[in-house]
Amino acid sequence: MTVRRTTLGGRTYEFPSLADLLAKATPARSGDVLAGCAAESAAQRVAAQVVLADLPLATFLEEQVVGYEEDDVTRLVLDTHDPVAFAPVAGLTVGEFRDELLTWAAEGDETSISALARGLTPEMVAATSKLMRNADLVAVGRRTRVVTGLRSTLGLPGRLASRLQPNHPTDDPVGVTASIVDGLLQGSGDAVIGINPATDSPARTVALLELVDAVLRRYEIPTQSCVLAHVTTTLRAMEQGAPVDLVFQSVAGTQAANRGFGVTLDLLAEARAGALELGRGTVGSNVTYFETGQGSALSADAHRGIDGVPVDQQTLECRAYAVARHFEPLLVNTVVGFIGPEYLYDGKQVVRAGLEDHFCGKLLGLPMGVDVCYTNHAEVDADDTDTLTLLLGAAGCSFVIAVPGSDDVMLHYQSLSFSDVLTARRVLGLRPAPEFEAWLARMDLLDGDGRVRALTPDAPAAKALLAAARA
Amino acid sequence: MSITGSDPWAVLRGATRARVALGRAGDGLPTARELEFRLAHAVARDAVHTPLDPALVRAGLDGVPVVEVRSAAADRAEYLQRPDLGRRLAPGCALPRADADVAVVLADGLSPRAVHEHGAALTRALLDRLAGWSVGPVVLAAQARVALGDEIGAALGARVVLVLIGERPGLSSADSLGVYLTWDPRPGRADSERNCVSNVRPPHGLGCAEAAEVVVRLLASARELGASGVALKDEGPAVDA
Repeated sequence: MTVRRTTLGGRTYEFPSLADLLAKATPARSGDVLAGCAAESAAQRVAAQVVLADLPLATFLEEQVVGYEEDDVTRLVLDTHDPVAFAPVAGLTVGEFRDELLTWAAEGDETSISALARGLTPEMVAATSKLMRNADLVAVGRRTRVVTGLRSTLGLPGRLASRLQPNHPTDDPVGVTASIVDGLLQGSGDAVIGINPATDSPARTVALLELVDAVLRRYEIPTQSCVLAHVTTTLRAMEQGAPVDLVFQSVAGTQAANRGFGVTLDLLAEARAGALELGRGTVGSNVTYFETGQGSALSADAHRGIDGVPVDQQTLECRAYAVARHFEPLLVNTVVGFIGPEYLYDGKQVVRAGLEDHFCGKLLGLPMGVDVCYTNHAEVDADDTDTLTLLLGAAGCSFVIAVPGSDDVMLHYQSLSFSDVLTARRVLGLRPAPEFEAWLARMDLLDGDGRVRALTPDAPAAKALLAAARA
Repeated sequence: MSITGSDPWAVLRGATRARVALGRAGDGLPTARELEFRLAHAVARDAVHTPLDPALVRAGLDGVPVVEVRSAAADRAEYLQRPDLGRRLAPGCALPRADADVAVVLADGLSPRAVHEHGAALTRALLDRLAGWSVGPVVLAAQARVALGDEIGAALGARVVLVLIGERPGLSSADSLGVYLTWDPRPGRADSERNCVSNVRPPHGLGCAEAAEVVVRLLASARELGASGVALKDEGPAVDA
């Protein structure tokens, strides 16, 4: 293991491993303190960033933070690395790479940035993000293009989609439908109508899939549905002939953490193949959906790398993106404020993490969205989520998650409301996914400026959709 | 969404507890709806940050012997960021060895308010139903996580520990208690070795008498099995956090 050091202001700082260097260079967050790997002083953090800036990007192909032999995520990353895509930046240090990205972003050169994805490893991208300020993350994120599709097209410039999340404490069909109708009438659901089931059972999953499928067919809505059950449950549902658009799974950045989720790479491949076979797409064939979040590996006590050295939660998060990337997802989102204050303590940490996750996911080639959210025991409120939402809109985020009135009555946390999505679109001049926007127009849900209009109950669209809630 | 005359939006509101059909002011929420949401969040925040008041709990316990301890987390901010410290006793916390069957721990957890409102009543409901079990002093624990009960139970020499703890407040439920049962408590027990009865929150959630009945049934099963957790099947679901 290479010890790296630098002397700043008469003081020498030593970093005994690559994992330690990455952890010490990470902007402050509670999860790294909990893991015992955070910088011990503000100066040590900058010293680590100074050392990291001079590190050749190619170092990450030679030296690992989580071992190749013991971890299938590391093997996936290295075995699928594309040297041709890497070639344009192969000779750069981490600091030079940051400068190059900012230059391309300023020139509007989306092609150069977006073509790198398969040549970059999670650790390269994580390292680069640690040298970037929030505005850097926005500026480059906005110029990284990742377009995916199934029955709607996501990730196009000038668009902000949303997942409509109509969760209900008992999966009651009438209650779920009411939330779906409320969201559709406010222009949400173009990324997916995605339900977290209260109980992970095949029968429940099939019933919910059929419910959403019926709504989509009845009103000819160009979007997709998803029930966020465990991948094994979705496999069972497919065997029973259920209308599965997307296979969902939570994933993390180490093999051990994924084992904790009850998944392997083979299982994910099998599920994706099953969904592809159903051929339910009209504008694309991306059939997987993944959720991630900083801290998930630590919470499963699966956050250590070579020699048992803890790996910082942001680097591990990027490794989860490598897992997701392999299965050509339609949607990936970080659930940034859900996990609690022991990982991201306050609004500052949540905003920073949300921007990092979006930037890193996009740069690695993911259709990156964010669940902008918080729990009641974190030092976060709706002002913080407003800030993050508007920054993500500026950063070209593919989609956000929205629930009725910001209040998820099943998972007991706060995400965005449908009106938050409308505000972000209006303020930043963003529009829904094109197919969904055309549907909104057909339903007479848009005003002369193409914005979702405030409805009276006797408007034709309101009458038509309220009929679904009555049925 | 202007609302006039007979209210078609009532169809949505009547169908779910979710905050549907709130109306709009431009793209935002109307003031009244915005303030309703803000109040719900404020109540939940206050439930998390209200300090545990031992005198209040003692008064409700009507002379039942109480021992006070605290975890190694120095204050609320540290408690929230360092769950590991909330699972260990503060240095210098002394517990008398009781060698009783059951140790009862009342822990503030993420909602001291839940302990203030239902802690004493639930404890009394349990004590009333524990004929046939010897019970140690009630331990009132500040800045405590569930697993602090393992160290407390071991120090008291108890065969089983019951941790009554304030659950993470939701927007509509800031005062919910959970009961965690761990057989043969000692530091290092996994969450899969516990059983839980959650949402004790009269009158909206489970009542104290009702919850105590379930816990006593679980205790009997645990004694029979000599273990708790996923191996123990009763009304109580396994711990999920």
